[in-house]
Amino acid sequence: MVAHLLRLKLTLLRNGLKRSPWQLVGLAFGGLYALGIVGMCVVLLVLLRQEDPGLAQTVVVLGGSAALLGWGIVPVVASAVDMTLDPARFTTSAVPMPQLLAGLALGGLIGLPGLATLLVALGTVVTWTRGVLPAAGALVGALLGVLTCVVFSRVVTTATASLAASRRFKDVSGIAFMVPLVLLGPITAGIFQGMAGSGAFLSELAGRISWTPLGAAWSLGGDLERGHVGPAGLKLLIAVATLAVLSWCWKLLLERALVTPPFAGSSRRKGGRLGLFALLPGTPAGAITARALTYWFRDPRYSGSLVVIPLLPVVLAFQGSQTNDYGVLMITGPLTAFLLAWSISGDVSYDNTAFALHLAAGVRGVHDRLGRALACLSFALPTVLVLASVPFFITRDWAWWPSILGISVGVLLTGLGLSSVVSARYTIAVPLPGDSPFKKPPGNVGQTLAVQFGGMGVLLVLVLPEAGLVLAQVLTGDPLFGWINLVLGPVLGTALFIVGVRVGGRWLDARGPELLAQVTVNR
Amino acid sequence: MSTPLTALSIRGLAKRFGTKIAVDGISLDVPAGSFFGIVGPNGAGKTTTLSMATGLLRPDFGTAVVHGVDVWAQPLEAKKLMGILPDGVRLFDRLSGEQLVTYAGLLRGMDRAVVAARVGELLAALDLSQDAGTLVVDYSAGMTKKIALASALIHAPKVLVLDEPFESVDPVSAANIRDILERYVATGGTVIVSSHVMDLVQRMCDHVAVIAGGRILAAGTVDQVRAGASLEERFVQLVGGRSQTEGLEWLRTF
Repeated sequence: MVAHLLRLKLTLLRNGLKRSPWQLVGLAFGGLYALGIVGMCVVLLVLLRQEDPGLAQTVVVLGGSAALLGWGIVPVVASAVDMTLDPARFTTSAVPMPQLLAGLALGGLIGLPGLATLLVALGTVVTWTRGVLPAAGALVGALLGVLTCVVFSRVVTTATASLAASRRFKDVSGIAFMVPLVLLGPITAGIFQGMAGSGAFLSELAGRISWTPLGAAWSLGGDLERGHVGPAGLKLLIAVATLAVLSWCWKLLLERALVTPPFAGSSRRKGGRLGLFALLPGTPAGAITARALTYWFRDPRYSGSLVVIPLLPVVLAFQGSQTNDYGVLMITGPLTAFLLAWSISGDVSYDNTAFALHLAAGVRGVHDRLGRALACLSFALPTVLVLASVPFFITRDWAWWPSILGISVGVLLTGLGLSSVVSARYTIAVPLPGDSPFKKPPGNVGQTLAVQFGGMGVLLVLVLPEAGLVLAQVLTGDPLFGWINLVLGPVLGTALFIVGVRVGGRWLDARGPELLAQVTVNR
Repeated sequence: MSTPLTALSIRGLAKRFGTKIAVDGISLDVPAGSFFGIVGPNGAGKTTTLSMATGLLRPDFGTAVVHGVDVWAQPLEAKKLMGILPDGVRLFDRLSGEQLVTYAGLLRGMDRAVVAARVGELLAALDLSQDAGTLVVDYSAGMTKKIALASALIHAPKVLVLDEPFESVDPVSAANIRDILERYVATGGTVIVSSHVMDLVQRMCDHVAVIAGGRILAAGTVDQVRAGASLEERFVQLVGGRSQTEGLEWLRTF
């Protein structure tokens, strides 16, 4: 039975690859990437063989514990768990529970993450081939550790299966995942700095963790090498007990999951809460603003980009702290303005075929454009003003303040005008409504790139006057250019905003049905 | 041609997608105050025809006129007269049901107080009051169809064009919707529905058109078209394509 399940997993993998050669290319790239990481880790582990046992122990225990944590957390947050052997599919086949558990656990090792973890774990055996006893301990520890990784990840995914099926959880986890992704640079740099500065702390941390279920399995080889036979025995007990308890939990959860399929429903709610629709003017443009704003907060595809904005100054400030030159912080304002304004350049693509409602209701194009642009402007303007000003509290270089404010507002208004034109004429490939913001969107990638880069090029040309004034201030040092920019940015921006909304509106009136036909392709 | 008594007049509508001709010159007159059924097999061109007649899909050839207003020459005026329930399009489903119908009303430029009153009545009539505040994305398929119907009714159109309005709607709701539509027709409104369910069309509609392969095979009052037989028999006769029921003997060997 176990062999049968493993064969099934392999067949599924093979058939998946047969579907398209691109799947094979994807796997090959993924494989190369994984091989690179595995190779690096194994080389490191082999080199550690020559090093001080204390250092080797610290690295192995911390690395192993991190891997175990990763196996537990990543599948849930990234909704990326491999469901080819979803236990729910075996409900009708009446497979005995022990065989099912063993088959699923071993099946979890087939695939890139499983194989990579197994190879690196076996690398630790090389680290401890300093004697028969340490090597044997490391081997037992590695096998225990890898199995614990797989079972732990299954426990977590089974426990959260019904949670993960709910729309709300998918929405929130998708957005939450943005945060570490954006802060990846500062986080990794921080960890490396911490490591370099505090070796003693890390070795103590490793010592503590080796007594917990996280690190017990990984510490066996090192403890035996250093002659700590008693502690090693106790840690072996901890590791075995961890695996046993996790397996037992998994069995309980699986038994329950097999008879209670995930329930994705949510509670019924009575009406009476019109939200923004009651607050904003009851006109077509007002209603579109209310709808668009509601989406900015309710649709993860929009709100995901909102989460990124406040992190932007953090990333830039980090850049500044590395070089001790905080001048780079000044681009926060214009950059935020650009990101927010450009985010509605695919608005109709985001609507997908829901856009048919605007077409069927006979909404005038200019109302459609104005409503969407105002929705973005309503929160983008204060955000941009704040983020453009904040850096000056750090740099104290207030001479640049008017100029930066001017160009930020100019970029925002010009960008919104341009976006209104672009999204009235071109569609781009975006995740479908209801999909995760990280999902690869269907559709024509070539056109998307052409529209995006072409549009950005045009925007650069349109904000040349503001950019020129900034340059003039750089060259002459005369703050007068800054004050001119403070006036010119908003004035020119407003003019281009109005032109953009009008031109976009006219294009939409003329080509609404064609636009709907374009988004229908990607439904 | 289109007299004031014609609610929808279609002349020579045609559409080609790549090499496939989806609609091949359809002409049709829908009398005002009629309950008009459009039936046809899968891929017959029903949805394409209705999309072109309502201004959602630009035809390659032909015209569509609603109560004397050319849909493609004066789209905004024509759309004021029509309520449209398209098939197979998404809704703005991150809005609650109540918000979505309100949105549809406000988009049409209606007064907020009127919209609020009508939304309440529509949701009650369609048995959605209990779920008015639930997001449409969490609705079942039948509820989604009903909320889309409410969005099409909100502005009291003169002509209702409903593409597959009864798909996945439960029998009780379907009966309620039928009541609403029948009362609407009785007071002078015009309803155009497309459907697969012959029985329903025969009972509900007074006029019917049979479409297959992008052409009209028969059109007229239901009694004219069915010519004594049931609509389903007549439909099969017109469209053809019934496979022989021989073969599959093994199915009887259990």
